[in-house]
Amino acid sequence: MSQIELVGISKSYDKQQDVLDEINLTIEEGEFFVLVGPSGSGKSTLLRMIAGLEEISGGILKINGKSMNHIPPKDRNLSMVFQNYALYPHLSVKENILFGLKAKKVDKQERQRRLLEAAEMMGLTELLERKPRELSGGQRQRVALARTIVSQAPLCLMDEPLSNLDAKLRANMRIQIRRLQKKIGMTLIYVTHDQVEAMTMGDRIMVLNDGKIQQVGKPITLYNEPTNLFVASFIGSPKMNIGLAKFSKENKEIIVENQLHIPVDSAFVKDIHVHKQLTIGIRAEHLKPGTNENKDHFLEVVNVEQLGNETSIAFDVGSELWTAKWPGQWSIHVGQKVPVQILPENLLFFNSETGELIQSALKDKEQEVFAT
Amino acid sequence: MAIVMSFMTNKDILTGSMPSTFTLDNYVRAFERFPLFQYLFNSLVVSIVIMIGQLVLSSLAAYAFVFLEFKGRDLLFYLFIATMMVPFEASIIPNFQIIRDLGWIDTYSGLAVPFFATAFGTFLLRQNFKQIPKELREASQIAGMGDFKYYLTVVLPVSRASLVTLGIYGFLSSWNMYLWPLLSTTNDKVRTVQIGLKQLQTQEQLNEWGVIMAGAVIVIIPTLILLFFGQKKLQKGLTEGALK
Amino acid sequence: MSMTNAAQINETTVFDMEPVKKKQRIKSFMKGMAFLLPSIILFSVFLFYPMFRTIYLSFFLTKANGDPTVFVGLENYINMFSSPIFLKSMKSTFLFVLYTVPASVIISLFLSIIANEKLKGIGFFRTMYSSTMGVSVAAASVFWLYLFNPSMGLLNQVLGSFGIEAIGWLTDPKWALLSVSITTIWMNIGFTFLILLGGLQSIDSSLYESADIEGAGYLYKLRRVTIPMLSPTMFFVITVTIINAFQSFGQIDILTQGGPINETNLIVYSIYREAFVNYKFGSASAQAIVLFILILLMTALQFKLGERKVHYQ
Ligand SMILES: Nc1ncnc2c1ncn2[C@@H]1O[C@H](COP(=O)(O)OP(=O)(O)OP(=O)(O)O)[C@@H](O)[C@H]1O
Ligand SMILES: [Mg+2]
Repeated sequence: MSQIELVGISKSYDKQQDVLDEINLTIEEGEFFVLVGPSGSGKSTLLRMIAGLEEISGGILKINGKSMNHIPPKDRNLSMVFQNYALYPHLSVKENILFGLKAKKVDKQERQRRLLEAAEMMGLTELLERKPRELSGGQRQRVALARTIVSQAPLCLMDEPLSNLDAKLRANMRIQIRRLQKKIGMTLIYVTHDQVEAMTMGDRIMVLNDGKIQQVGKPITLYNEPTNLFVASFIGSPKMNIGLAKFSKENKEIIVENQLHIPVDSAFVKDIHVHKQLTIGIRAEHLKPGTNENKDHFLEVVNVEQLGNETSIAFDVGSELWTAKWPGQWSIHVGQKVPVQILPENLLFFNSETGELIQSALKDKEQEVFAT
Repeated sequence: MAIVMSFMTNKDILTGSMPSTFTLDNYVRAFERFPLFQYLFNSLVVSIVIMIGQLVLSSLAAYAFVFLEFKGRDLLFYLFIATMMVPFEASIIPNFQIIRDLGWIDTYSGLAVPFFATAFGTFLLRQNFKQIPKELREASQIAGMGDFKYYLTVVLPVSRASLVTLGIYGFLSSWNMYLWPLLSTTNDKVRTVQIGLKQLQTQEQLNEWGVIMAGAVIVIIPTLILLFFGQKKLQKGLTEGALK
Repeated sequence: MSMTNAAQINETTVFDMEPVKKKQRIKSFMKGMAFLLPSIILFSVFLFYPMFRTIYLSFFLTKANGDPTVFVGLENYINMFSSPIFLKSMKSTFLFVLYTVPASVIISLFLSIIANEKLKGIGFFRTMYSSTMGVSVAAASVFWLYLFNPSMGLLNQVLGSFGIEAIGWLTDPKWALLSVSITTIWMNIGFTFLILLGGLQSIDSSLYESADIEGAGYLYKLRRVTIPMLSPTMFFVITVTIINAFQSFGQIDILTQGGPINETNLIVYSIYREAFVNYKFGSASAQAIVLFILILLMTALQFKLGERKVHYQ
């Protein structure tokens, strides 16, 4: 299994602007590593540089400790799954799966053995003689995966492999890919712009924006302790509620968007007062329905979505739109003012100028410790 | 309608205005007096050779323009465009001399080789190759497949349709070539059927139109058959190649 | 996350990057050339070299085998432009273009609009119209030679049955160029029809549907949708037809041999005669340069206005 090391990797197409900027990263053997970021952030570029399909402008790429900068793709011992699957339209499923093995001159019996094994694993046994155009999107996807399986490469790269599938199939394939990776034990680098995929699949995630690493870490760490506002609003669905805030020492409260006054005790806000410009964030699940003891905040409802098992409610808070998720079904009308509970320990504090995290929510940390 | 009429009428000469028993006679006589089989064979060889030559050369060139990146590629592309501005007719004199000096007069090579390289064919195929997703090439690179093998095993099979189109077009225009075979052949051994027809026409007596027409029909039958089968493809290919 | 120290990175980058890159560049250049070389060689031998050789020859007098003897500068050109035969040839060529191009395009346009209707059996007509593309110059000329035949030819027989005097289609200087033009138009139609039909079929049908919804009539649609959408194709067809007209040879050779009294001595035929009948390769080359410039202008026009690839024989 491969271990990958990126040292100061950067890329520019036109020699002026950097598409990727000083990427330093190590991906461990057998890891399911997800690269996530908005469109144009440079995910594909990074992946293609690892594959050897794109020239590396600066820095060193190492696989298993060896510099790979000028090694052609075929000698990097990896496989790749593309967004459009890259199936050869004139070849049958079987020939498509065997394509790489033939090119690599693997002997015939071995080829056959691997083919049958992969077809079995991906449920393609019945479809081997078909042409790609006679397959559904999900089946094509499975052929592409089978190609990876037969290659037995210790490193697999996937670039948005699920984005052409419908939602249901995607959920299904997420599990299949995850299972496959664990079974084979390969190192997998998976590119997506979908943070749900990133959260549910990755052992570790790297969030990329504008060619720069925002954060690398376990999914739950990214969720609970986003290092900056970008990660905070990128990871998690619905996105984290954000508001400009001020800390008022006299009244021992935090004033959010000039509207909400959240009382805090001074022990809690150790270093916060230093920053004049604060931005707070709070997850949708922490905007709880008000209880008898705590109904200081009444917020105006601007939208209600009934999802069955839970209800998603949008509020106006100053210039921001906040979303809450309440378990169960709530009959609430637009325009109504409802009591909402906001606990200071659920708040994340960011520096408004730099966007850096100052302090993350306390409560969830405890829960994490408790859960593991 | 006039086109259809004139086209039909010509055939009618052979079947209508002369007794039908004589019709076959005309063909027999055409074949007897002239080495028509030899002409047909020559035309067939030359056309097929040109067709294959064009397919090979333009697909190779188109591959380079689409899939390979190297210094000077754009410059070479302009060079290919420039070739379209040089009509063969305007450079026919030195061409004749080259063929003569090579000793290629009255050879199949002399008839065929000058037409192997075509900018039109290159552009037509380039247009087509560009539609092949580049991920296919990348997947093959990861599998360790070289350019030439990829060209042979993926690009050519995937673009069969446009190769057929270009093939039909190349065959048609080679079969119908006139000026060059007129200059570069002097005897019946290599003379193409078009020039054969001219011989037939100039040597026959005026009153033997039936024989001449028989010859003319023989000349056009292969291309008409090809056209009937390939019309749709040709139309699509030419429109795409011409306009994109 | 492990980081190697910066100095080490720089060392390695400086040391092994540049030579490897250069090697790869050379390699990819060689590969590109390998794919292009066959075409480049043939273009050089049979196109570029002959072109320059033609220019060179046009400044010389030549022996009968075509070898240049005496440098005469622009004399070939001066003689050419003062030669009544060449001037007549130019005039005939332009007249020929004028006769054949608009007629070919208009007739084909008309036919392709009809053939684009979804009528029963239209496929037969499409094949019929496009069939002249498969008819060689030689065969077409022979057919028409028969039609034009003064005594036996169908045209004069029809005229005769109306009591009209026979016309010397190919022998009368008044008619010869026109007769050759008619033959050429007939031959052009297959190709122009096929391309125009392709152009028509590629017009997005939703344009017609929305025009239908707005209640536009047939002629209105023709004027406002079909013609504008077809104009790039039209433009292409027109330039190609012009270029082809300049290059016409076979029909002349079979129908008239340039006669009567040089009426149909079009430029390519004139070059052919000068070079391969009179063995005056120098002045033939000068004429070829004129042809080259004419076609160059046409292609340049085509690129400039249409930015499209040209296609000719
Ligand atoms: N061949 C190229 N030439 C020039 N610029 C390019 C090229 N390929 C990508 N870029 C630029 O590099 C940047 C990163 O592109 P990249 O494809 O890596 O984004 P991405 O994160 O994969 O986005 P997406 O989610 O849309 O696939 C973009 O700004 C893009 O415009
Ligand atoms: Mg991408």
